[in-house]
Amino acid sequence: MSDVADRVKKIVVEHLGVDEAKVTEEASFIDDLGADSLDTVELVMAFEEEFGCEIPDDAAEKIQTVKDAIDFIQKSAA
Amino acid sequence: MTIDPKSAAEAASPADTAAQPLMAGKRGLIMGVANDHSIAWGIAKALAAQGAELAFTYQADSFARRVAPLAESVGSDLLLSCDVVSDDSIDAAFAGLSKRWDKLDFVVHAIAYSDKSELKGRYLDTTRENFRRTLDISCFSFTNVAKRAAPLMTDGGSLVTLSYLGAERVTPNYNVMGVAKAALEASVRYLAVDLGDQNVRVNAISAGPMRTLAGSAISDARYVYRFTQTNAPLRRNVTLDEIGGAGLYLLSDLSSGVTGEVLYVDSGFNVTAIPHPNRQQAEEE
Repeated sequence: MSDVADRVKKIVVEHLGVDEAKVTEEASFIDDLGADSLDTVELVMAFEEEFGCEIPDDAAEKIQTVKDAIDFIQKSAA
Repeated sequence: MTIDPKSAAEAASPADTAAQPLMAGKRGLIMGVANDHSIAWGIAKALAAQGAELAFTYQADSFARRVAPLAESVGSDLLLSCDVVSDDSIDAAFAGLSKRWDKLDFVVHAIAYSDKSELKGRYLDTTRENFRRTLDISCFSFTNVAKRAAPLMTDGGSLVTLSYLGAERVTPNYNVMGVAKAALEASVRYLAVDLGDQNVRVNAISAGPMRTLAGSAISDARYVYRFTQTNAPLRRNVTLDEIGGAGLYLLSDLSSGVTGEVLYVDSGFNVTAIPHPNRQQAEEE
Protein backbone atom coordinates (compact mmCIF):
# COMPACT_ATOMS: atom_id res chain seq x y z
CA MET A 1 0.00 0.00 0.00
CA SER A 2 3.00 2.28 0.22
CA ASP A 3 2.62 2.44 -3.55
CA VAL A 4 -0.45 4.64 -3.11
CA ALA A 5 1.42 6.85 -0.63
CA ASP A 6 4.33 7.30 -3.02
CA ARG A 7 2.07 8.17 -5.94
CA VAL A 8 0.09 10.63 -3.81
CA LYS A 9 3.27 12.31 -2.62
CA LYS A 10 4.63 12.49 -6.15
CA ILE A 11 1.48 14.30 -7.35
CA VAL A 12 1.69 16.74 -4.43
CA VAL A 13 5.36 17.48 -5.10
CA GLU A 14 4.75 18.03 -8.80
CA HIS A 15 1.58 20.07 -8.41
CA LEU A 16 2.61 22.33 -5.57
CA GLY A 17 6.27 22.52 -6.56
CA VAL A 18 7.40 21.81 -3.01
CA ASP A 19 10.43 19.95 -1.66
CA GLU A 20 9.81 16.22 -1.38
CA ALA A 21 11.07 16.23 2.22
CA LYS A 22 8.26 18.58 3.24
CA VAL A 23 5.57 16.23 1.95
CA THR A 24 5.14 14.11 5.08
CA GLU A 25 1.90 12.25 5.77
CA GLU A 26 0.94 14.76 8.46
CA ALA A 27 1.53 17.77 6.20
CA SER A 28 -1.54 19.94 5.61
CA PHE A 29 -1.88 21.11 2.00
CA ILE A 30 -2.89 24.61 2.96
CA ASP A 31 -1.10 25.18 6.28
CA ASP A 32 2.20 23.41 5.60
CA LEU A 33 2.57 23.18 1.83
CA GLY A 34 1.34 26.62 0.78
CA ALA A 35 -1.64 25.43 -1.27
CA ASP A 36 -4.56 27.77 -1.94
CA SER A 37 -8.18 26.69 -2.35
CA LEU A 38 -7.75 26.25 -6.13
CA ASP A 39 -4.77 23.96 -5.51
CA THR A 40 -6.83 21.71 -3.28
CA VAL A 41 -9.50 21.33 -5.98
CA GLU A 42 -6.81 20.64 -8.58
CA LEU A 43 -5.12 18.09 -6.33
CA VAL A 44 -8.37 16.19 -5.87
CA MET A 45 -8.88 16.15 -9.65
CA ALA A 46 -5.29 14.94 -10.10
CA PHE A 47 -5.83 12.13 -7.57
CA GLU A 48 -9.00 11.09 -9.38
CA GLU A 49 -7.14 10.95 -12.68
CA GLU A 50 -4.15 9.06 -11.28
CA PHE A 51 -6.16 6.46 -9.37
CA GLY A 52 -9.28 6.29 -11.55
CA CYS A 53 -11.46 6.85 -8.50
CA GLU A 54 -14.21 9.32 -7.64
CA ILE A 55 -13.84 11.68 -4.74
CA PRO A 56 -17.24 13.26 -4.01
CA ASP A 57 -17.43 16.89 -2.88
CA ASP A 58 -18.16 16.12 0.77
CA ALA A 59 -15.20 13.72 0.94
CA ALA A 60 -12.96 16.18 -0.92
CA GLU A 61 -13.65 18.84 1.69
CA LYS A 62 -12.31 16.52 4.39
CA ILE A 63 -9.05 15.80 2.56
CA GLN A 64 -6.75 18.32 4.18
CA THR A 65 -3.52 16.41 4.71
CA VAL A 66 -1.44 14.01 2.66
CA LYS A 67 -2.59 11.19 4.94
CA ASP A 68 -6.26 12.09 4.42
CA ALA A 69 -5.74 11.65 0.67
CA ILE A 70 -3.87 8.35 1.03
CA ASP A 71 -6.49 6.96 3.41
CA PHE A 72 -9.40 7.91 1.16
CA ILE A 73 -7.79 6.42 -1.95
CA GLN A 74 -6.83 3.19 -0.18
CA LYS A 75 -10.35 2.84 1.20
CA SER A 76 -11.99 3.44 -2.19
CA ALA A 77 -9.67 0.91 -3.85
CA ALA A 78 -10.37 -1.75 -1.20
CA MET B 1 -17.18 35.64 -63.80
CA THR B 2 -14.83 33.17 -65.45
CA ILE B 3 -12.06 31.42 -63.66
CA ASP B 4 -8.79 30.73 -65.33
CA PRO B 5 -8.38 26.98 -64.70
CA LYS B 6 -4.64 27.31 -64.40
CA SER B 7 -4.67 29.99 -61.68
CA ALA B 8 -7.50 28.21 -59.81
CA ALA B 9 -5.41 25.05 -59.78
CA GLU B 10 -2.42 27.00 -58.53
CA ALA B 11 -4.45 28.56 -55.72
CA ALA B 12 -5.57 25.12 -54.58
CA SER B 13 -2.19 23.45 -54.85
CA PRO B 14 -1.09 21.66 -51.69
CA ALA B 15 2.25 23.47 -51.65
CA ASP B 16 0.42 26.78 -51.44
CA THR B 17 -1.81 25.83 -48.51
CA ALA B 18 0.93 24.01 -46.62
CA ALA B 19 3.23 27.02 -46.72
CA GLN B 20 1.06 29.18 -44.48
CA PRO B 21 -0.29 28.02 -41.11
CA LEU B 22 -3.96 28.91 -40.60
CA MET B 23 -3.35 31.63 -38.00
CA ALA B 24 -0.06 33.04 -39.31
CA GLY B 25 0.14 36.77 -38.61
CA LYS B 26 -2.98 36.73 -36.41
CA ARG B 27 -3.04 38.05 -32.88
CA GLY B 28 -5.57 37.27 -30.21
CA LEU B 29 -6.49 37.65 -26.59
CA ILE B 30 -7.32 34.59 -24.47
CA MET B 31 -9.42 35.29 -21.37
CA GLY B 32 -10.16 32.60 -18.82
CA VAL B 33 -7.28 30.14 -18.61
CA ALA B 34 -7.12 28.73 -15.07
CA ASN B 35 -4.95 25.66 -15.68
CA ASP B 36 -4.02 23.11 -18.33
CA HIS B 37 -7.51 21.56 -18.19
CA SER B 38 -9.21 24.87 -19.04
CA ILE B 39 -11.25 25.04 -22.25
CA ALA B 40 -9.58 28.39 -23.03
CA TRP B 41 -6.23 26.62 -22.84
CA GLY B 42 -7.39 23.90 -25.25
CA ILE B 43 -8.33 26.59 -27.75
CA ALA B 44 -5.12 28.56 -27.11
CA LYS B 45 -3.00 25.48 -27.86
CA ALA B 46 -4.81 24.84 -31.14
CA LEU B 47 -4.35 28.49 -32.18
CA ALA B 48 -0.67 28.58 -31.22
CA ALA B 49 -0.04 25.37 -33.17
CA GLN B 50 -1.33 27.21 -36.27
CA GLY B 51 0.96 30.18 -35.77
CA ALA B 52 -1.23 32.60 -33.79
CA GLU B 53 0.38 35.12 -31.47
CA LEU B 54 -1.39 35.13 -28.11
CA ALA B 55 -1.95 37.37 -25.11
CA PHE B 56 -3.58 36.11 -21.90
CA THR B 57 -5.55 37.75 -19.14
CA TYR B 58 -5.77 36.51 -15.57
CA GLN B 59 -8.25 37.49 -12.90
CA ALA B 60 -6.07 37.50 -9.79
CA ASP B 61 -2.57 36.60 -8.62
CA SER B 62 -3.70 33.08 -7.73
CA PHE B 63 -4.38 32.59 -11.45
CA ALA B 64 -1.33 34.51 -12.67
CA ARG B 65 1.10 31.89 -11.38
CA ARG B 66 -0.95 29.19 -13.12
CA VAL B 67 -1.24 30.99 -16.45
CA ALA B 68 2.36 32.26 -16.70
CA PRO B 69 4.05 28.89 -17.42
CA LEU B 70 1.32 27.93 -19.91
CA ALA B 71 1.65 31.25 -21.74
CA GLU B 72 5.40 30.82 -21.84
CA SER B 73 5.03 27.34 -23.35
CA VAL B 74 3.33 28.86 -26.41
CA GLY B 75 5.83 31.70 -26.67
CA SER B 76 3.63 34.40 -25.14
CA ASP B 77 5.00 37.00 -22.74
CA LEU B 78 1.90 39.22 -22.82
CA LEU B 79 0.04 38.59 -19.56
CA LEU B 80 -2.52 41.14 -18.47
CA SER B 81 -4.44 41.46 -15.24
CA CYS B 82 -8.17 41.74 -15.92
CA ASP B 83 -11.03 41.39 -13.49
CA VAL B 84 -14.19 41.72 -15.57
CA VAL B 85 -16.32 43.05 -12.69
CA SER B 86 -14.44 46.34 -13.10
CA ASP B 87 -14.60 48.60 -16.18
CA ASP B 88 -11.31 50.17 -15.09
CA SER B 89 -9.63 46.77 -14.99
CA ILE B 90 -10.88 45.87 -18.50
CA ASP B 91 -9.79 49.30 -19.78
CA ALA B 92 -6.34 48.80 -18.26
CA ALA B 93 -6.00 45.36 -19.86
CA PHE B 94 -6.89 46.73 -23.30
CA ALA B 95 -4.57 49.71 -22.79
CA GLY B 96 -1.78 47.23 -22.03
CA LEU B 97 -2.67 45.23 -25.12
CA SER B 98 -2.74 48.33 -27.37
CA LYS B 99 0.71 49.31 -26.15
CA ARG B 100 2.15 46.13 -27.62
CA TRP B 101 -0.19 45.42 -30.54
CA ASP B 102 -1.61 47.88 -33.05
CA LYS B 103 -4.36 45.51 -34.09
CA LEU B 104 -6.30 42.55 -32.78
CA ASP B 105 -7.76 39.64 -34.76
CA PHE B 106 -9.60 37.51 -32.21
CA VAL B 107 -10.77 37.10 -28.62
CA VAL B 108 -11.58 33.95 -26.65
CA HIS B 109 -13.90 34.63 -23.72
CA ALA B 110 -14.14 31.71 -21.28
CA ILE B 111 -15.21 33.46 -18.11
CA ALA B 112 -18.05 32.58 -15.77
CA TYR B 113 -18.82 32.74 -12.09
CA SER B 114 -21.57 31.84 -9.67
CA ASP B 115 -21.60 31.24 -5.96
CA LYS B 116 -21.04 27.48 -5.66
CA SER B 117 -23.82 27.16 -3.09
CA GLU B 118 -26.32 28.08 -5.83
CA LEU B 119 -25.01 25.49 -8.29
CA LYS B 120 -26.96 22.88 -6.36
CA GLY B 121 -30.50 22.65 -5.10
CA ARG B 122 -33.26 24.65 -6.72
CA TYR B 123 -32.95 27.50 -9.22
CA LEU B 124 -35.96 28.92 -7.42
CA ASP B 125 -33.74 29.78 -4.46
CA THR B 126 -31.33 32.00 -6.42
CA THR B 127 -30.59 35.22 -4.54
CA ARG B 128 -30.69 38.67 -6.10
CA GLU B 129 -27.04 39.27 -5.26
CA ASN B 130 -25.78 36.05 -6.84
CA PHE B 131 -28.11 36.45 -9.84
CA ARG B 132 -26.65 39.89 -10.48
CA ARG B 133 -23.07 38.76 -10.01
CA THR B 134 -23.48 35.63 -12.16
CA LEU B 135 -25.06 37.55 -15.04
CA ASP B 136 -22.49 40.34 -14.75
CA ILE B 137 -19.42 38.08 -14.87
CA SER B 138 -20.75 35.27 -17.08
CA CYS B 139 -22.74 37.32 -19.61
CA PHE B 140 -22.22 41.09 -19.55
CA SER B 141 -18.43 40.73 -19.48
CA PHE B 142 -18.52 39.33 -23.04
CA THR B 143 -20.39 42.38 -24.35
CA ASN B 144 -18.16 44.70 -22.36
CA VAL B 145 -15.02 43.06 -23.77
CA ALA B 146 -16.46 43.03 -27.31
CA LYS B 147 -16.99 46.79 -27.11
CA ARG B 148 -13.30 47.34 -26.38
CA ALA B 149 -11.97 44.66 -28.72
CA ALA B 150 -13.94 45.64 -31.84
CA PRO B 151 -12.22 49.03 -32.41
CA LEU B 152 -8.86 47.19 -32.49
CA MET B 153 -10.13 44.74 -35.12
CA THR B 154 -9.32 46.95 -38.08
CA ASP B 155 -9.04 44.04 -40.52
CA GLY B 156 -12.16 42.32 -39.25
CA GLY B 157 -12.07 39.77 -36.47
CA SER B 158 -13.68 36.96 -34.58
CA LEU B 159 -14.98 36.67 -31.02
CA VAL B 160 -15.78 33.34 -29.38
CA THR B 161 -17.41 32.63 -26.04
CA LEU B 162 -18.28 29.39 -24.26
CA SER B 163 -21.73 28.08 -23.47
CA TYR B 164 -23.41 24.85 -22.44
CA LEU B 165 -26.64 23.00 -23.23
CA GLY B 166 -28.02 24.10 -19.84
CA ALA B 167 -28.65 27.47 -21.52
CA GLU B 168 -31.49 25.97 -23.54
CA ARG B 169 -32.70 23.00 -21.57
CA VAL B 170 -32.60 22.07 -17.92
CA THR B 171 -29.59 20.10 -16.70
CA PRO B 172 -29.02 19.17 -13.04
CA ASN B 173 -27.81 21.98 -10.76
CA TYR B 174 -26.75 24.32 -13.59
CA ASN B 175 -29.42 26.72 -12.29
CA VAL B 176 -28.54 30.42 -12.53
CA MET B 177 -25.60 29.59 -14.80
CA GLY B 178 -28.09 28.20 -17.34
CA VAL B 179 -29.96 31.49 -17.23
CA ALA B 180 -26.69 33.42 -17.64
CA LYS B 181 -25.63 31.24 -20.59
CA ALA B 182 -29.05 31.76 -22.23
CA ALA B 183 -28.45 35.50 -21.98
CA LEU B 184 -24.92 35.01 -23.27
CA GLU B 185 -26.15 33.11 -26.34
CA ALA B 186 -28.67 35.88 -27.01
CA SER B 187 -25.83 38.40 -26.67
CA VAL B 188 -23.89 36.50 -29.33
CA ARG B 189 -26.73 37.08 -31.80
CA TYR B 190 -27.14 40.79 -31.00
CA LEU B 191 -23.38 41.40 -31.11
CA ALA B 192 -23.16 39.55 -34.42
CA VAL B 193 -25.52 42.13 -35.94
CA ASP B 194 -23.86 45.13 -34.27
CA LEU B 195 -20.38 44.13 -35.39
CA GLY B 196 -21.23 42.57 -38.75
CA ASP B 197 -20.69 45.85 -40.62
CA GLN B 198 -17.02 45.85 -39.70
CA ASN B 199 -16.62 42.16 -40.49
CA VAL B 200 -16.23 41.13 -36.87
CA ARG B 201 -17.84 37.75 -36.33
CA VAL B 202 -19.32 36.63 -33.00
CA ASN B 203 -19.99 32.99 -32.13
CA ALA B 204 -20.26 30.61 -29.21
CA ILE B 205 -19.17 27.04 -28.65
CA SER B 206 -21.64 24.96 -26.66
CA ALA B 207 -19.23 22.40 -25.23
CA GLY B 208 -20.12 19.05 -23.72
CA PRO B 209 -19.30 18.70 -20.01
CA MET B 210 -15.58 18.97 -19.32
CA ARG B 211 -13.61 18.13 -16.21
CA THR B 212 -12.39 21.66 -15.51
CA LEU B 213 -11.81 23.70 -12.39
CA ALA B 214 -14.95 25.74 -13.06
CA GLY B 215 -16.95 22.64 -13.94
CA SER B 216 -16.08 21.06 -10.60
CA ALA B 217 -18.14 23.76 -8.86
CA ILE B 218 -21.36 22.31 -10.30
CA SER B 219 -22.95 19.76 -8.00
CA ASP B 220 -23.26 16.22 -9.42
CA ALA B 221 -20.97 17.16 -12.32
CA ARG B 222 -19.82 13.54 -12.49
CA TYR B 223 -23.37 12.29 -13.03
CA VAL B 224 -23.80 14.70 -15.92
CA TYR B 225 -20.43 13.67 -17.34
CA ARG B 226 -21.29 9.98 -17.19
CA PHE B 227 -24.84 10.42 -18.51
CA THR B 228 -23.50 12.32 -21.50
CA GLN B 229 -20.85 9.70 -22.12
CA THR B 230 -23.47 6.92 -22.15
CA ASN B 231 -26.12 8.67 -24.20
CA ALA B 232 -24.35 10.94 -26.67
CA PRO B 233 -24.41 9.65 -30.27
CA LEU B 234 -20.62 9.27 -30.21
CA ARG B 235 -20.84 7.41 -26.87
CA ARG B 236 -18.12 9.46 -25.26
CA ASN B 237 -17.36 12.89 -23.91
CA VAL B 238 -15.42 15.41 -25.96
CA THR B 239 -11.74 16.15 -25.40
CA LEU B 240 -10.00 19.44 -24.82
CA ASP B 241 -8.34 19.13 -28.24
CA GLU B 242 -11.74 18.75 -29.91
CA ILE B 243 -12.96 22.00 -28.36
CA GLY B 244 -9.64 23.48 -29.45
CA GLY B 245 -10.31 22.42 -33.04
CA ALA B 246 -13.75 24.01 -33.02
CA GLY B 247 -12.26 27.19 -31.55
CA LEU B 248 -9.64 27.23 -34.28
CA TYR B 249 -12.38 26.90 -36.91
CA LEU B 250 -14.45 29.76 -35.50
CA LEU B 251 -11.46 32.05 -35.00
CA SER B 252 -9.83 31.40 -38.38
CA ASP B 253 -10.93 32.31 -41.88
CA LEU B 254 -12.26 28.76 -42.31
CA SER B 255 -15.50 30.05 -40.77
CA SER B 256 -15.51 33.42 -42.55
CA GLY B 257 -19.18 33.02 -43.48
CA VAL B 258 -20.32 32.14 -39.95
CA THR B 259 -21.58 34.58 -37.33
CA GLY B 260 -24.20 34.64 -34.58
CA GLU B 261 -23.88 30.88 -34.31
CA VAL B 262 -23.84 28.53 -31.33
CA LEU B 263 -21.75 25.53 -32.37
CA TYR B 264 -22.28 22.31 -30.41
CA VAL B 265 -19.13 20.36 -29.65
CA ASP B 266 -20.71 17.72 -27.45
CA SER B 267 -20.48 14.33 -29.20
CA GLY B 268 -23.95 15.14 -30.53
CA PHE B 269 -25.64 14.92 -27.14
CA ASN B 270 -27.90 17.91 -27.85
CA VAL B 271 -29.87 16.04 -30.52
CA THR B 272 -31.04 13.31 -28.17
CA ALA B 273 -34.35 13.52 -26.32
CA ILE B 274 -34.94 10.01 -24.98
CA PRO B 275 -31.89 7.75 -25.07
CA HIS B 276 -32.32 4.35 -26.71
CA PRO B 277 -32.94 1.62 -24.08
CA ASN B 278 -29.90 -0.29 -25.37
CA ARG B 279 -27.71 2.50 -24.10
CA GLN B 280 -28.98 2.24 -20.55
CA GLN B 281 -28.79 -1.56 -20.60
CA ALA B 282 -25.22 -1.47 -21.86
CA GLU B 283 -24.38 0.88 -19.01
CA GLU B 284 -25.98 -1.38 -16.40
CA GLU B 285 -24.23 -4.55 -17.60
